[in-house]
Amino acid sequence: MSDKALETEDVSVVFDSLEVFRNLSLGIPRGEFVAVVGPSGCGKTTLLNLFSGYLKPSAGRVVCSGRVRMVYQTDSLFPWQTVAQNIALGLRNVEDKNERAKQLDQMLRLIKLDDFASHYPHQLSGGMRQRVELARALVGDSDILLLDEPFSSLDYLARLRMRRELARMLDELPRTVVLVTHDIEEAAQLADRILVLSDRPARICRELRPGLERPREPTHPAVVEAVHCVLMELGLEESKPQLFAESPVA
Amino acid sequence: MTEKHLPIAVRLLPLFVLLIGLAIWFSFSRLNLFPESVFPSPVAVAKGLGTEVRTGRLFDDLIASLFRVTTGFLIAVGLGLPTGLWLGHHFRSRLALLPVINFFRSLSPLAWIPFAILWFGIGDLPAIFLIFMACFFPIVIATVGAVAAIPSIYFRIARDYSFNGAELLMKVTLPAIAPQVITSLRVTAGLAWLVVVAAEMIAGRDGLGFAIWDARNGLRMDLLVAGMIVIGVIGVVIDRILVRLMRISSVRWGYER
Repeated sequence: MSDKALETEDVSVVFDSLEVFRNLSLGIPRGEFVAVVGPSGCGKTTLLNLFSGYLKPSAGRVVCSGRVRMVYQTDSLFPWQTVAQNIALGLRNVEDKNERAKQLDQMLRLIKLDDFASHYPHQLSGGMRQRVELARALVGDSDILLLDEPFSSLDYLARLRMRRELARMLDELPRTVVLVTHDIEEAAQLADRILVLSDRPARICRELRPGLERPREPTHPAVVEAVHCVLMELGLEESKPQLFAESPVA
Repeated sequence: MTEKHLPIAVRLLPLFVLLIGLAIWFSFSRLNLFPESVFPSPVAVAKGLGTEVRTGRLFDDLIASLFRVTTGFLIAVGLGLPTGLWLGHHFRSRLALLPVINFFRSLSPLAWIPFAILWFGIGDLPAIFLIFMACFFPIVIATVGAVAAIPSIYFRIARDYSFNGAELLMKVTLPAIAPQVITSLRVTAGLAWLVVVAAEMIAGRDGLGFAIWDARNGLRMDLLVAGMIVIGVIGVVIDRILVRLMRISSVRWGYER
C-alpha cells in the first residue's frame, strides 16, 4: 500500500472549453495537512471534488486510499435533525449500537456541545454549527478530511477560534487533511504544506512548509513569513514591509 | 414569543373581541333597522341553534360535511403529494405538465358542479369530487415548488454518507419539504371547507351547506346564521388542528429561521 493517502497522476480536467487542470501530479502523504490557496476560480474546489470522487478527471488518474469526508462552505447540516442526529450520520457504518452511542458521546464532548445534543442547527451560532459540521466529518473511521473553505462564513474572531478548535480536534483524531481556502493566514497557521495554485489551467506554482508544530499563533514570525511568501506569489505584495524596523522611535 | 408566556388578560383578547362583536350585533338588532326575519337577533339564532342541536340534525349535517371534507382532502393529499414529488424531481415532466396543472388550479372548483352532478348524482360523491378538484392542484404546485427549492447540498451530503433511494426520500426530501407542505395543507384544508358548503348547497341532501340552503328556502334566517356560525367555528378548529403540525420539533426550523 502506498504511503500516499491522495494522489493525482497527470490529471486533466476540462469543462466544455474551460481547461481547469492540465497534467496535474500531486501526492499527499498519510497524515499531512495540506492547504491549497490560489486565485478565485482557479480550480481549488474542483481538486477537492476529484479527491472525493464527485468528479471524474477528463484524463489521468486520481488515487484515494481511505474513507473520505468533506466539509462544505455552505451550511450543510440537515436542519430537521438535531446536533446528535447530524453527527450520527458520520457513524452510519459503525454497526454496533453501543459503540455508536459511545463515539457520539465522545465527539459531543470533544466539540464541547454535549449540552446541545438535542438542539437543532438553527438554534446554534455559526461557530457552533461549523463545529458540528467538522464533528460529522471526523466521527467514525474516516481517514481523509476535505475542507472547502469551511470557516468562510464566520467573522474573523470566530475563524481564529475555529482554527484552534480544528487543530485541537486533529490532535485527538489525526487525519490527512486538504484545506481549500481564500484565507492565506488560515493556511499558514494550520498547514504542514501550502500549495499555491496559478490561474487556469492551474498548476502548483509554489510550495511552502511553515515547519512549525500546531497550533501556531497568527502573529508568529513563521506564519507572517508564509503569508508574505504566498501574497508575493499571487502578486498581491511586492517586497516585505519594513514597518516596525523603520518607524521612528519617539 | 409563544402564547403560553403571555399574561391571561392578553390571551383572553380574542374572547373580548367576540363579546364586543356580539354586543354590536345585539344593539343593531334592537334598533330594528330591519325586520327580525331579515336580520335575526343573537337570541333568535341561539334558540335556532339549540333546536338544531336537540333534534340531532346539526350533528348529522356536521358529520356528513366532515366526512366529505376529510375524504376529499385525504385523497387529494394522497395523490397530490406523490405527483408533486415526482414532478419536482423530473424537469421534463414538470415542463410538460405544470401549465396544465396551473390551468386547473386557476379554475374555480365550483365550475365543475354541473359535471359533478351529472357524473356522480347527489350525495357524498359529487362533494368529494369537488373537494378533490379544489385541493389536488394547489397541493401539487406547493410540493413541486418545495422540492425544487431543496438546496442541492443536502443531496450531496446524502451521497457522501451513502443514502439509498428510500432513505433519500424519507430522510432528505420529505423532511426538507415538510414545512412548506404543511403550510399548503393548512391553506387547502381551508379551501376544502369552503367548497363543501357550496357543493352541498347544490348537490346535497344533507350537510351544513344543505342546511343553510334549506334554511334560506324556508326563510329561516335564524337557522341560516346558526349554520354559518357552526361552519366558521369548525373552519377555525380544523386550522388549529393543522397548526399543531407546525409545532413538531423536526419541522420548526422552517418557520423559525
